[in-house]
Formats: sequence, structure tokens, C-alpha cells
Amino acid sequence: MKSLLAILSVVLLAAVPAASSLAASAQFQGKIYQPGNLKPIDSKSELKAGDRAPDFTLPSLGGHPVSLRDYLGKKNVVISFVPAAWTPVCSDQWPGYNIVRPLFEENDAVLLGITVDNLPTLFAWTNEMGGLWFPVLSDFWPHGRVAQEYGVLRTDGTSERALFVIDKTGVIRYMDVHDINDRPKLEALMAELQKLRQ
Amino acid sequence: MRRKLLRFAVFLLALTCFSTFPFAPAAAQRPPAEGETFPELQLPLPQKVEEREYLKIESGPFRLSQIKTDIVIVEVFSMYCPHCQREAPNVNALFKALSNRKELKNRVTLIGIGAGNTPYEVNAFRNLYKIQYPLFPDGDLGLHKKLGEVNTPYFFVVWNKPNAGRRVVYSKVGSIGDPNAFIQMISSKTGVGGRK
Repeated sequence: MKSLLAILSVVLLAAVPAASSLAASAQFQGKIYQPGNLKPIDSKSELKAGDRAPDFTLPSLGGHPVSLRDYLGKKNVVISFVPAAWTPVCSDQWPGYNIVRPLFEENDAVLLGITVDNLPTLFAWTNEMGGLWFPVLSDFWPHGRVAQEYGVLRTDGTSERALFVIDKTGVIRYMDVHDINDRPKLEALMAELQKLRQ
Repeated sequence: MRRKLLRFAVFLLALTCFSTFPFAPAAAQRPPAEGETFPELQLPLPQKVEEREYLKIESGPFRLSQIKTDIVIVEVFSMYCPHCQREAPNVNALFKALSNRKELKNRVTLIGIGAGNTPYEVNAFRNLYKIQYPLFPDGDLGLHKKLGEVNTPYFFVVWNKPNAGRRVVYSKVGSIGDPNAFIQMISSKTGVGGRK
């Protein structure tokens, strides 16, 4: 009887459609670590829209430190936290942003990409993408401090897949702590940026 | 206890048979290979008049089998895929070469399917690369599943062979290479636009 139950359970589990997966780019074939389906969100941010965005200074791939305050009064800022280099979803989210630079610029916005990886890893990973137009910042040391301040550091030391839209006065206007297994829709981000023009 | 287990087993069986299977997406284990039949796909009606005219489709959604040219080239891409981005000008060159050859113009159709891409994302890709052939969004990856969840970019060449259905004559991941050589390959395999 128990065997029958076990068999039926396996059949049922096999029949349930797999969790959302995204088409993988042939570009990275064989180079991407597959962590499997992860807990969608593994942190709790105290921040909310309307709060002042915590300032930070992080080393960048460009060779110079980048601070959020550099953009105060000048540009809207989109911060894209992605969990880790060489993982699925992350490895195509930024290449997608890479071809829509005009959409950011027409909304007077800059994009800052942040991961908890170190600079050498980010160098190799973004080169594999063919290079990126936006600053890529390393939140490696002290490990994940900025992710922690934004409330998006996961318990395994990676960050959430999260987007923050910060206006020119330094106030958070939108945040999306997204299911780590899924890619945020581009139109949702662009709609939030367009609201800043109104 | 035994009776409870039996009831639970019957419940699981019923759930499996009557709930999960009918609604599970039809997923292929692997992409259709050369010589195999290409799966039927349902596609939305393109927004642009030029694309509807190119496909000779007036209402939608429509089926791939309603495209009546001898050859249908299906590109599976994603706007998020760097390799697809780099391949875009090359596929545009293929479309131009197909359009410029009168022996192929009305015999070969080229379409793209944006795996995991919303209409907005497909539009961004179309606008950036000035793509003139029809691109279809596949936000829920339903089409991608039917095509064996291929990596991108992936190209299928489907031959509407008389009395033989939609036969796959090319099924590969990665660049198509030189567009003219690609066209020649299609001609040599099918006789369309040249000699077999």
C-alpha cells in the first residue's frame, strides 16, 4: 500500500509543471552554474517607497569608486541588484538592459548594477556579455553591506534580484524585490521611470 | 489507517489524471531534429500591417501551418541574450537576401519567436535592430516549451514538403553563419530557389 502511495506521489510530482524557467543564451552554454529553483525571496527589507535611499560608495569595474550621492540633483538612479555572477537569469538580465540604454537616458536615469561578487569575477562575467554601458559595482567587502542596508541580502550571502528607482532628490520611488528565479519585466521598470517625468 | 491511505492514493490518482495532465503545457523533451515533423504553433496576429501582408494572414491567432510558403525559417531568440543581439544584423541580412531574390521572395518566410519576452521586450528588440520580419512574443514560454526549450539563438528551417507535412531540414543552436551560404544550404536540401 505504501509503495502504491509512493509511486502515485512521484507520478504527481513529475506531472506538475516545472517552475518558471527562462530561455538560456547559447553565449553562456556550459559556463552557468545551475542552482535549481530557489526560495523566491529570502530577506525582508525595512525600506519602502518614499524613504530616503541609503547612500553608499562601492568599487566599480571602471576602476573608480561610485557613490549614490554623485547623482543627487543630477540623475534618477536605477539600482539593479542581481544575486550572483555566472548564474541563470542574472546572466541575461543585464545584457537586456545593455541594449536599451536610450530608454534609461530618455528618462534622465542612470543604471547601477550591483552584485556581492568581487571585481575579478565581475570583470570576467561582464566581458562574457560583451561589456556593459552602465557602472557595475562590487558589494563584495564588507560582504554584502549595501545589500544589507537595502534589506536585500539573502541568508546565503547572495542578494535578492531587486530593483530600486531613486529620484534626483535621493528618495526611493519604486522597489521590486523580485522572485529570484524570474526576471522582472522591462516594461514595469520603464513605466516607473516614466512616472518620474510627470 | 489502511483505508485512509487507500483514499489518499485514489485522491492523488484523480488529481493526477483529471487535473494536472490536461492543463500541463505540451513540452517537447528535445528540439525537433532534421527529418522530423515540426510541431504546430499558434501565433498571435501581428500588429503591423506589413507583417500581416508578408505572412498573408488576416486574422489571428493563427497557426504556423497557415503560412503557405514552401519554407518557413523560425528563429528562437531573446532580447536578453547577448548572442541573439550580435546575430540580429546577420538575420536582417538574411531577410534582405531572401527579399531581394525573386525566386525566393514568395517561397520562404522568416519569423522570430521571443522566448520569455513580453510584447514590450520584443518591440524593444525590433526597434533597436530595425527588424522587418515578424517577431512574436512568447512571454510564458509556451512556444519555447513546444520547441524543446532550446538555447538561444536557435534556428529551424521547416519545409512544407508536398504530401509530407512540415519537415525539419535544419535544427541548430547558434549563428546561421553567412546568410548566402545559409540560403544555399536550404536550396540544396529542398530544391527551393535552386536545384536539389
